[in-house]
This record gives sequence, structure tokens and C-alpha cells, in this order.
Amino acid sequence: MISRRVFIAGTAATTALAAVPAMAADVLKVGLILPMTGPFASTGRQVEAGVRAYMALNGDTVAGKKIEIVLRDDAGTADQTRRLAQELIVNDGAKMLMGFGLTPLALAVAPVITQAKVPAIITSATTSSIVKQSPFYARTSMAGPQSAVPVATWAVKNGLKRVVTLVSDYGPGIDIEKGFTDQFKKDGGQIVEAVRVPLQNPDFAPFLQRVRDSKPDAIFVFVPSGVGSLFMKQFVDRGLAEAGIKLIATGDVTDDDLLNAIGDPALGVITGHFYSASHDSPENKAFVARVKKAANIRPNFMSVGGFDAMALAYAALKKTNGDTDGTKLIEAMKGQSWVSPRGPITIDAATRDIIQDIYIREVKKVDGELYNVEFATFPKIKDPNAQ
Amino acid sequence: MTAPVETQKLARDWISRSNRVRLWEIALWVIAVAAIFLLPSKLLILTEITILAIFALSLDLILGYAGIVSLGHTAFFGLGAYAAGILARDYVSEPVTGLIFAGFISGLFGFATSFLVLRGSDLTRLMTTFGVAMLLAEVANQAAWLTGGADGLSGIMLTPILGLFEFDLFGRNGYVYALVVLAVLTFIARRLVHSPYGLSLKALKLNPRRSAMIGISATRRIVAIYTLSAVYAGMAGALLAQTTSFVSPDVLAFHRSAEVLLVLVIGGTGYLYGGVVGAIIFTLLRDWLSVVTPQYWMFWIGLILIALVLIGRERLTRWPALLNRKATTRAATQLAEEPR
Repeated sequence: MISRRVFIAGTAATTALAAVPAMAADVLKVGLILPMTGPFASTGRQVEAGVRAYMALNGDTVAGKKIEIVLRDDAGTADQTRRLAQELIVNDGAKMLMGFGLTPLALAVAPVITQAKVPAIITSATTSSIVKQSPFYARTSMAGPQSAVPVATWAVKNGLKRVVTLVSDYGPGIDIEKGFTDQFKKDGGQIVEAVRVPLQNPDFAPFLQRVRDSKPDAIFVFVPSGVGSLFMKQFVDRGLAEAGIKLIATGDVTDDDLLNAIGDPALGVITGHFYSASHDSPENKAFVARVKKAANIRPNFMSVGGFDAMALAYAALKKTNGDTDGTKLIEAMKGQSWVSPRGPITIDAATRDIIQDIYIREVKKVDGELYNVEFATFPKIKDPNAQ
Repeated sequence: MTAPVETQKLARDWISRSNRVRLWEIALWVIAVAAIFLLPSKLLILTEITILAIFALSLDLILGYAGIVSLGHTAFFGLGAYAAGILARDYVSEPVTGLIFAGFISGLFGFATSFLVLRGSDLTRLMTTFGVAMLLAEVANQAAWLTGGADGLSGIMLTPILGLFEFDLFGRNGYVYALVVLAVLTFIARRLVHSPYGLSLKALKLNPRRSAMIGISATRRIVAIYTLSAVYAGMAGALLAQTTSFVSPDVLAFHRSAEVLLVLVIGGTGYLYGGVVGAIIFTLLRDWLSVVTPQYWMFWIGLILIALVLIGRERLTRWPALLNRKATTRAATQLAEEPR
């Protein structure tokens, strides 16, 4: 085994060697903090793949700066996230931070980035309140119940008037339940029952039985992406589809990363979300091909969050002409607009949150694989909670 | 037969001898203080080690001295963190006040739950402590109006410590603050475990039935040490909340209880510094491995831990014995040499 001393010496030597060409290009470090281990490791893997894909497609130099990604694993623990952020800023001299898999992890760094004046781009966490906690946050994932509201409008238009909602009982779940319910009632729909299931060790069977008995037109579901496959299985086992109950959901349930593993029971499920790997655009084709080649996974919405975080960082650096002052960088991020693999997106100049199109998709088989195929678009959706 | 007075003198001498400050102890504290100046870029991780050390010290008090195995010690840690966090968010933002408040709240809860660990074997205790921690975790998750629920408790703004020292970005004052707390708590614990009360606890741990026969009552002693241990854990939690100005719901998660137990296993129990040694080894190992290999570090840490436990199985009991062997042997010889 390599002793610590040998390791340090080795690292120092390597760094010294590597530093020679790097110095010339003026290195800019970007701290990437993600859960790479633990229950949320898939989030970390996807976001990292997205970040690396952007750099592979667009080069690692922007506005005279050579971008270097410093990846750190917080294992989904908030105090680790906080310490890593602080160390990346103070010791490694990171000028930008990215990542943050869950809401508490993102919230934990708010005091640090405000004090240090370093911008942080959120690639995954979605709770509405996060970006308000520090003027140095920007977000490229999703803002609160953004994906749920269009589903409500679509459902009413398509004759699904009586709906049962089923969400996981935690911050984002309650956000989404509220977003969906408000819009659904406004459009003239009726919520038959609102069910909340525990986040940990969920067993949907008793809840689904209740849903079946109340005979709604459809059931609207939000559960975190990993739990989606378990839900789908029980949904089929309980015969809700045969009873004529439609399943509508946010895209988390039919996560691209897991969709093939869920298999045929997912066919025909209607979801609303901001990204599908089957989105038809040249930007997306290049992105999907790159991620598949480099990381051997199908990119999902987490991955595209990482990709766009890099896109935003590059755009901001171009605008400041390579100036790495935190306040200038976050100013430069405000109002940026570009075409992402998911479609056109904008960083709201007022809230630093994302404005994006939400697509209504149906799960279909394309070339032997399951995909969320988009068939309707709700353009330029803002965070419904911020209005 | 020795006169009672002489036996008493012998016992007193033995106690004061075992209470003597040792060279390695002084060295440890000198290094800890020197780190402030020598390792300015490592202060954040040192703060983390210090907090973990206090937490482990608190577990050592009940595991190493009273023999109570706990799988839910993080209940007190988390309660302290939330108590300090909520106090700072809504009422008083001065850290030392928060620290004492958190210790008080945790101690109160520790006192209330200590009656649960009085009865039953190790296995029952494992289950009850585990259950208490699970209950608290769910309460914190549900009471979102107070604790922030699954999003964690944010918006904690702290004023400078005692109105003088502000928490800086380099974590220097945070480290000094945590170190002072560790020093004070270790000193108190040291006095305590080397007192007759501490010895009676050890007697209870070694053989409860026999100690009951010579007149050592278990109930009050266990309630007292369990309460004190809860106070310590609560203060460690408060330090975490204050140095990170955030409380995440995972302060009550099972992995923290397991982690602190692990730290004690690495460092050894029953000599107070096991927590410190274990915290240093565990944190540095984890930090180094997770930088070298962000995705697979858990594999390596698992492997190292298995190796450690297999090779050093007796660590749990031998560490303190090795350190105290000289003193013990001397006392024993002296006692044996006395004419009867």
C-alpha cells in the first residue's frame, strides 16, 4: 500500500509537472460537489457525466481560462457539503461551485457562498426556496413544481376531471402536490383524494387500494426517481390500469436512467418534465451520444442539469471576459439564454432561477428501448411558487 | 489485617496516581493548539475532528465506563444541534448561550430516557436506544414548522462568540471554539472518571451483581452518567450546528450513531482519549480516500476497518490496560506485599 508520505510526494511531483503548461493557460478551478456514494450516488454519476460531456464537446478553455473540475463526494451529508465547499473556496481557490444533489445539501452552503462571494450553480436540488437563500445561487435543474403545473392543465383539457394525487411526504413532494392541485382546481378539475406516502421504505399497496376504490379518472404521482420503479410495479400488480385509471406523473417517475429497468408496465404513462433523452434536436443528439460513449449510461434530467451548469459557467466567463470576480460572474449569469439539449432555456434575471419549456410525454418503445416521447410543449414555464 | 486508615491511604494514592497527567496527553493538546498556526488550511477538517471527538467522548462515558452499548447516541447529538439551531434562528444568536442551552435540553432528554436503559441486557439497550433515535428523527422530519423538515434548518445567523470572535471563512475561530469546548469537557470527564464515582461505575460495568452486593447501587449512577453523556453529545451537536450554521435532518440519521461507535472501536474505549484518537484516524482516512477515489472510497474504508478489527480485536479493552498497566501492577504489588 502506498504510504501517505509517498502519495503526497507523488502528487506534489505530478502537480509540479502538470503545472508547467497549465500555468500558461491560467487555470480556473470549478468545485463540483455531488453525492458520489450512498443512496443518491446515481444523481452524482449523472451530473458528473453531464459536466464532463459539456467540456468534451466545447473544449476546456474559455475566455483564456483553462477550466479544471475538482470533484468532491459529500455522500449526501449536509455538513460534509458545507465543509467541502468551504475548503474548495479557501484552499483550492475555486471560483465557482456546482452540484448539490438534494435540497438540504444546497441550503447548507448558502452562508459560505454569501460570505465568500462565490457563485454556486445548482444542478439537481429543486425546492423553490433555495435560490432566495443567497444572492450567489443560480439554478439549471428545475424550479419547484415547474413540471407538475402543465400536467394539471393538460389533464383537464383531455377529460381527466377527477384525480387522486399521491406524493412522497417531504419538501419537494408537498411543493409539487400544491402546484398541481392549485392549477388543477383553477382549470375546473376535482381532487378526489390527496395521499402522502412516507419517503422511506414506501409500500404503496394500501394506498393504491384506496385509490382504486374511489374510482378517479386518473392518479397523479410524484415520487423521487429511484422509487418510481417500485411504484410502477405495484400500480400494475393492483390492476389499476385495467380498472381504467390513467397514470399521470412528473418525469421523476419515468426517469430515463431507470425506464428500461421498469420495463413494459411503464408503456403509455403520461408525464410532464423538462428533459427527455429522446428530445429531437441536434444539441440533444450530440449530448446523448457523448454521455453514452463516455460514461456508458443514458443521460437523464440530472445529467442535463450538470451539462447546462457548465454551459452557464462558460457563458458567464465569456461575458466577463475571463474576470473571475464572484459578483461579476453572478451578474453575468442573470438573463443568459441558450439552447440546451432539453430545448430553449433562460436564467431569470430577477430570480436567478431557470425558465424552461415543459413537455408532456408518453412512454413508448423506440428501436426496442423505452423512451419518454414528447408530444406537447408548454413554453417558458417559471417557478409557480415564485409568482 | 491492615488498619482501615492505611487501606484508605493506599486507595487514595492509587486514585491520584491514575489521575496523573501523562506526557502523551500534554503532547496531544500541544499539537492541537499548534495546528492553529501550523495548518491554517486544514482548520475545517480539524474542527470536524474535534466535534466528532466530543461526540465520541460522550459515548465513551457510557460505553467505556458504564458498559452501556448504544446504537442511537445520535439522538442527543441531533437534539443538541436542533436546539442550538432553533435558539440561534429565533431567539439568541450568541454561540456560547446556544451551547449551554443545547447541553441542557439534551441532558433533560437524556435524563428522561436513561430509565429505559436501566433494565435489560445489551441487546435490549441496543434496541431501545436505536428506537429513541428513530422516533426523534421522525419527529424532526414531521415538525417542519419548527425544524424545516426534510429541507433542514437554515437561516441560522450567529453573532460573534461571546461578542468578540466572529466565525471566519477559514474556520479558525470555529476550531479554537470547538477545541476549548473539547478541552473543558475532557477535563471535567477526567476528574469524574478518576473519582470514586468513576471507579464505582467501572465496578458496575465489570460485574453488576457483585457490585450490588458490596453496596453500589446501579440506578442512580447509570442515570447520572447517561444524563451527563447526553449533555456532552448535545454540546457536540450544537457545535456542529454553529460552525456550519445549518442543521441537516441527517444529524439524527442512523449512520451517525454507527459512525461514532466505529470511531470508538478504532480509538479504544475506557480511557477518554479513544474518541480523539479514533476521530483523527477515521476522519483523515475518510477525507484522504474520498479525495483519491471519490466513487470507491467506501470500499477501501470498509476493507481497512475489517483489517483493523481483525488485527486489533482486543483494542476495545487492551488500550487502556496497556497504558495503565504500570500503575496497576505497582498498586497490586504494594497491596500484596502488605502483611496480613
